[in-house]
Amino acid sequence: MMNNTLKNHLCKLPSGYVIVGKWHKHSYKIIKPLGKGANGVVYLAESPKGLVAVKLSDNSTAITSEVNVLKHFSKVQGVALGPSLLDVDDWFDPYGKKIVCFYVMEYIKGEDFLAFIQKRGKEWIVVLILQLLSDLEKLHQEGWVFGDLKPENLLVVGQAPKIRLLDVGGTTLKGRAIKEFTEFYDRGYWGMGSRKAEPSYDLFSVAMIMMNACYLKRFEKKGNGREQLMKMIDADETLRKYRKVLMRAIAGKYDHAREMHHELMAVVMDESSRTKTNSRANQSRKGAVQQRYQKRKKHSGILETALIVMFLLFMYVMYLYGELL
Amino acid sequence: MRKGTLKQILLITDGCSNHGEDPVAMAALAREQGITVNVIGVLDKDTIDESGLREIEGIAMSGGGVSQVVYAKQLSQTVQMVTRKAMTQTLQGVINRELKQILGSDVTMEDLPPEKRGEVMEVVDELGETVELEVLILVDTSGSMKTKLPTVKEALFDLSLSLNARIGDNHFAVFVFPGKRGDVEKILDWTPKLEALSTVFPKLTSGGLTPTGPALREALTYFKKKRSLRSLISGDEQYFEESSM
Ligand SMILES: Nc1ncnc2c1ncn2[C@@H]1O[C@H](COP(=O)(O)OP(=O)(O)OP(=O)(O)O)[C@@H](O)[C@H]1O
Ligand SMILES: [Mg+2]
Repeated sequence: MMNNTLKNHLCKLPSGYVIVGKWHKHSYKIIKPLGKGANGVVYLAESPKGLVAVKLSDNSTAITSEVNVLKHFSKVQGVALGPSLLDVDDWFDPYGKKIVCFYVMEYIKGEDFLAFIQKRGKEWIVVLILQLLSDLEKLHQEGWVFGDLKPENLLVVGQAPKIRLLDVGGTTLKGRAIKEFTEFYDRGYWGMGSRKAEPSYDLFSVAMIMMNACYLKRFEKKGNGREQLMKMIDADETLRKYRKVLMRAIAGKYDHAREMHHELMAVVMDESSRTKTNSRANQSRKGAVQQRYQKRKKHSGILETALIVMFLLFMYVMYLYGELL
Repeated sequence: MRKGTLKQILLITDGCSNHGEDPVAMAALAREQGITVNVIGVLDKDTIDESGLREIEGIAMSGGGVSQVVYAKQLSQTVQMVTRKAMTQTLQGVINRELKQILGSDVTMEDLPPEKRGEVMEVVDELGETVELEVLILVDTSGSMKTKLPTVKEALFDLSLSLNARIGDNHFAVFVFPGKRGDVEKILDWTPKLEALSTVFPKLTSGGLTPTGPALREALTYFKKKRSLRSLISGDEQYFEESSM
């Protein structure tokens, strides 16, 4: 049986409980669960080296292939493509009376992608997506495709918010068949292409993450996938601005993440410069862009705020752009 | 290591058989011939009854395969997961046997230190990606399944999409039971693409009997015929005989 075979007690280890590895004898003191998914459960734990995340699963196959991916990533110097891998071991589970595999990774203290956007505003979508595209470009260059790209596998970390990738369960060598996917973000489900691991597979998911971020929900496919997605893009004010880029990503027109990054950036820059001239030319008119900020602004000076935000966004984007080159 | 062909039967049903041989026995027979039997139980909204569930699990267990009970809606994801999982399981069985040969004792993957396990896994992954796969799909079209057939069709397209992303070749055949005349009826002959199914599936008429056992038995002969014909030409041995997991 392969349904939720993960035994219930594995998800309910009490805080303070200590897990000791069978092979390497390192011990990890459970603090709290961080989350659970189809393949396992992840705990925050304390080790002599500090806070870590421990992923437990009774599916040794899944754990082993995730470890393989993380090992490859740790060889990529200087770039964090996933959490760094700290330890791999087995633990004898005294309740289930059997061996449970686990691996220990860097604890990534961050905020849920969608929650972050809801809290901080939609202008963050494009910023985070640009960061994501830069990371994907590196990952693809290393010969991998992330596969199961979705908001749940993204965290936003730090004071200068930066996106981080989690859960390499779907990460597949280029040219092979995608190992794990989630329907909404899968181009195969939408009838928009194969499940072969190639960069354009991830870029489709990126477009769907943007949809998800704007609508804050997933929706089912009804009839012609392409037409439905096109309509959904046109119906949303934010998505409409990136229409061209989104449609190209959905159609699999980008062979590299950097191309999508480049074109998305171009739209953002274009948008910023247009807003500037518009507001100068017609001070009293309320543009669509300015209206978006109205809700968050209690007093006067709507325009001023909009301009400052646009300027900051512009600067941030320029900074990112500079870093990428 | 020589590459053989992985052979699987994927049985899609929603309940109890009521005609002919015990399907659990037929699944055991399949396993003896090196064919893995996987079962997917499809539910509507209500839960499945005990005996139906026991049969589904029993068939998969004695057929050396994987079983899963799902609501019609989740069928697509499940069909491809079950197939992939069964492939890995079978391949791991093969690798475990190889390990025993090399290391002599009763060694399985879990007995290896985690560092070594990774290397073995890479071999399993590699094989899973490149091995030739034959899947005979056996669909229960008895009365209660009728409303679920469009979903089944969609799930099979999806399976084709997933498996055809692999490097290795795939061969699919689709049978339904009960058939118009006999216990089982072929609706799609061995083909690399399940898309050909679109024209055939909607024409089905559903009957009252559910001859799961006889359908499985007949499905086996279909593999065999193909096998002997092919082995006459290529003379290749059956590498993946059983799944010992
Ligand atoms: N290194 C980490 N640092 C912080 N939180 C983490 C870490 N790894 C995982 N998590 C949390 O645990 C959750 C589940 O982890 P993960 O996605 O790896 O499990 P899974 O079983 O593979 O899930 P899925 O169903 O997505 O495949 C994540 O969504 C995330 O919230
Ligand atoms: Mg996962």
